[in-house]
Amino acid sequence: MNDYNFAYLDEQTKRMIRRALLKAVAIPGYQVPFASREMPMPYGWGTGGVQVTAACLTPEDVLKVIDQGADDTTNAVSIRKFFQRTAGVATTEHTGEATLIQTRHRIPETTLHEGQILVYQVPIPEPLRFLEPRETETRKMHALEDYGLMHVKLYEDIARHGVIATAYAYPVKVEGRYVMDPSPIPKFDNPKLSDSAALQLFGAGREQRIYALPPYTTVVSLDFEDYPFEPTKADHACALCGSAESYLDEVIMDDAGGRMFVCSDTDYCATRRAEQDKSSAKI
Amino acid sequence: MTPLLQVRGLTKRYGARIGCADVSFDLWPGEVMGIVGESGSGKSTLLNCLAGHLAPDAGRVIFDTRADGSRDTVTMPEPERRMLGRTDWAFVHQNPRDGLRMGVSAGGNVGERLMAVGARNYGGIRATALDWLGRVEIAADRVDDRPSSFSGGMQQRLQIARNLVTGPRLVFMDEPTGGLDVSVQARLLDLLRGLVRRMGLSAIIVTHDLAVVRLLADRLMVMKSGLVVESGLTDQVLDDPQHAYTQLLVSSVLQV
Repeated sequence: MNDYNFAYLDEQTKRMIRRALLKAVAIPGYQVPFASREMPMPYGWGTGGVQVTAACLTPEDVLKVIDQGADDTTNAVSIRKFFQRTAGVATTEHTGEATLIQTRHRIPETTLHEGQILVYQVPIPEPLRFLEPRETETRKMHALEDYGLMHVKLYEDIARHGVIATAYAYPVKVEGRYVMDPSPIPKFDNPKLSDSAALQLFGAGREQRIYALPPYTTVVSLDFEDYPFEPTKADHACALCGSAESYLDEVIMDDAGGRMFVCSDTDYCATRRAEQDKSSAKI
Repeated sequence: MTPLLQVRGLTKRYGARIGCADVSFDLWPGEVMGIVGESGSGKSTLLNCLAGHLAPDAGRVIFDTRADGSRDTVTMPEPERRMLGRTDWAFVHQNPRDGLRMGVSAGGNVGERLMAVGARNYGGIRATALDWLGRVEIAADRVDDRPSSFSGGMQQRLQIARNLVTGPRLVFMDEPTGGLDVSVQARLLDLLRGLVRRMGLSAIIVTHDLAVVRLLADRLMVMKSGLVVESGLTDQVLDDPQHAYTQLLVSSVLQV
């Protein structure tokens, strides 16, 4: 078919990544170090996610790639083309049909089902990084479950802004043990992490870490008793499909203050619009 | 009554050199012990070994814990020692920048220990933080300011509040008044003396300033080259020094 090994990486590398993945699934939320490879794309473009996807892909898989919810942005298009070329797998834009979804910073609106794998691209896997710069110390804090510092960050948010202003990469606790950075997904998506039927894998290429949430894992967003966690979104309905439930992108229309809010999940929005067209055509 | 802290034969070496050697003493509840000596005499090494920041090469440090009585903190598992470090113990650094989080507001600094032991109510944490800022004479409207905007004396007082908020029983202080000018020093000492007496704290204070130990300490240990050369009641040691080095130390103090 072509000169690449199936899904670009050589078999030994995939084996190494699979071993890290198995360990990550066995200890939900724990960051497993792995020997991240140079990929033919810059760091920050999803090198970690791509390696995890490459290690999980089989020729029968149907791949979907999204970037901030959209199927048609640069990052999504180039990663999808990369795997079309190196693995020759079928691709789709429909969440329900995909067996493996690589995502950058969103969880699809459509509820995932059993057998699906969701692969996240992670820039900074360490939730304590900006609070404690030493890696030796953060590892010790994870080992000893010393997570008071995480709440100091939330305290600072409330003291400064009156509410927990952290809007993305909102820290979560996995199965009552490890505090985990869910990658920079909006906190609107945090509830979808918990008890998901799909397997969720997180790959950080530059930082060389893999972590995972097996299906039906309990994931709790950190908060205070008197300032409970709240998933937030723009207070509008989608201008295209009218959905009031989905997470919205704000699009600036002109330089006179014009703006519109549209679903960030393009597949969800397009599916809803197609259904609306069908039902209006019937009438 | 059992001593709060029993130290037996504590030794720490840095390669061939001695940090501190064969130090033994008892600290009783409510007692304040001063450790004086010139720089390089092993005072800070000793304090760091006692507080669990350094692992001693030999000796035992037995602390009378609230839950399970006397425990050797040297052989204790690290999670327990850390827990002790934020509940029953407190450590006041010489430089407040070492003991504070400079990027976090004053309230967050005071609240950190509370959150580390499981406080999850924002209103409660904030009320406690405000109460403690008041006790160390920091105005309530500075609660959301970062320590980097505080003066040196205020930073040191904030560090003390942050350490005492969980009601520790033993406070380690490493030159708490070093780097402050004399009038600020005097106020800080006043404050410390008040807090120590009111809360019935035990404390170990390392300093080279004899005036500080005269004011705060009940008992005194004089160290030289890693060894304890003299110990006794503060007034007794300062007014009637026996060892040649102590005599030198006492006679070196400038009289104004």
